[in-house]
Amino acid sequence: MTTSRRDFLKVTTIGGVAVSILGFDLTSAYAEVREMKIARTTETRSTCPYCAVGCGIIIHTLGDKSANVKPAIVHIEGDADHPTNRGALCSKGITLKQDVVNDRRLTTVKYRAPGSSEWQEKSWDFAIDRIAHLLKQARDEKLVMADAQGHTVNALTSVGVIGGCTDTNEINYLLVKAFRAGLSIIPLEQQARI
Amino acid sequence: MAGKVLEIRAMSASSTPAPGIRSAPVVAKLIDTSACIGCKACEVACQEWNDLPPETTVQIGTYQTMPDTTPSFWNLIKFNEHETDDGAFHWLLRKDQCMHCADPGCLKACPAPGAIVQYNNGIVDFQQDNCIGCGYCIAGCPFNVPKMSRQTKKVYKCTLCVDRVSVGLEPACIKACPTNCLTFGTKEVLLQKAKSRVAQLQTAGFLDAAVYDPPGVSGTGVVSILAFGKNPEAYGLPKDPSVSFAVEIWKGPLKWIGNIAIVGGIIGTFVHYLRFGPKHVPEDDKAKQADAGR
Repeated sequence: MTTSRRDFLKVTTIGGVAVSILGFDLTSAYAEVREMKIARTTETRSTCPYCAVGCGIIIHTLGDKSANVKPAIVHIEGDADHPTNRGALCSKGITLKQDVVNDRRLTTVKYRAPGSSEWQEKSWDFAIDRIAHLLKQARDEKLVMADAQGHTVNALTSVGVIGGCTDTNEINYLLVKAFRAGLSIIPLEQQARI
Repeated sequence: MAGKVLEIRAMSASSTPAPGIRSAPVVAKLIDTSACIGCKACEVACQEWNDLPPETTVQIGTYQTMPDTTPSFWNLIKFNEHETDDGAFHWLLRKDQCMHCADPGCLKACPAPGAIVQYNNGIVDFQQDNCIGCGYCIAGCPFNVPKMSRQTKKVYKCTLCVDRVSVGLEPACIKACPTNCLTFGTKEVLLQKAKSRVAQLQTAGFLDAAVYDPPGVSGTGVVSILAFGKNPEAYGLPKDPSVSFAVEIWKGPLKWIGNIAIVGGIIGTFVHYLRFGPKHVPEDDKAKQADAGR
């Protein structure tokens, strides 16, 4: 069997390419690390609104608070300096960005009248006025000034107040002052442990 | 370019040496599987930091989020159920993610220049810009980690949060972990920590407790502490992973044999030309060619 020069060239070069597949590529390749997406964001400290543990969080917003910047939240993660969680967060707390940046988030007052099945959009003034009126009405009807033995109790037990987990000592002091001392409401509860 | 922070120690499909000469501490993640409570904070932290789209969960009869990692879900807690010989039930939780091997099979198998790189701190990173979507890395990985996206036809996996690590921060999953099951640091320090934890587990009755840092891939950047260290298969880990023999041969000797064949072929042809001169075409062949040309 004789091999022509052309066949020899074909077999060696094509065969060589086939076994080494691109192994002879001398293109200078380089890699670039992704930029840190929170490198120059504004950091704002806050408290996770979920459970009573009250983990510290840092909210990262676009821009450096310049007058012409409209901030938007780009990332939320744990606050390493917070004594409760020292940076850690649970699977729910770590999703907080989606709590804020979410097209299904309620940003207006929704009102459903008694007996109605429809939600109506209302103003904040409407909501606060209505709460105040109903609270006054309930207090006027149900306030117990004295018990059966005639002791002064000034207790309103038909209304309750629930505080939130992000409430600090100062807010809780004001809650007691406003509702227990001010309106005589006995059932007061909140889950804050911070 | 932020890439200047981390130099490249190894690069896929490159015949020239990687440019990095500076040393950097090799970083690692230590996963103490015995301290994992399966809260999945690391899973969510990974999705949030990497801005990955929500992935549909799949119910497979356990608390596991889905059967396997996907191109947009790089960190999955595997809920392995294990029964010991004495009939006791154990929940062997494992963090399934890229192991960042010191000797990465994916990088060796990759034919696209610069699509897979290893930085001088040990992180193995995929550069999707250079990826050609051939899927060889999937075959080259002993841990079945890289996953190809149907949309982009590129392969994705955990980056060990190289963007955070390059500026001195810990990866997102490490920061989120509420039980100190995950720790981040230099591999040297973490291996010491792992050793003392293994001793602690052995005193507590887990006599087979061991560190999973397989030598077949020259060690990994993600080191696990296994309470049942003699049986890594129970955690879904290969007992003795190594870069596949085919990849070693193909990317080692075979590649050079191929290169020599190419160059040798060209030189040989040239020498043959010098020795024997141009090809003499017989007269009747010339006539045939003229017929074909017409």
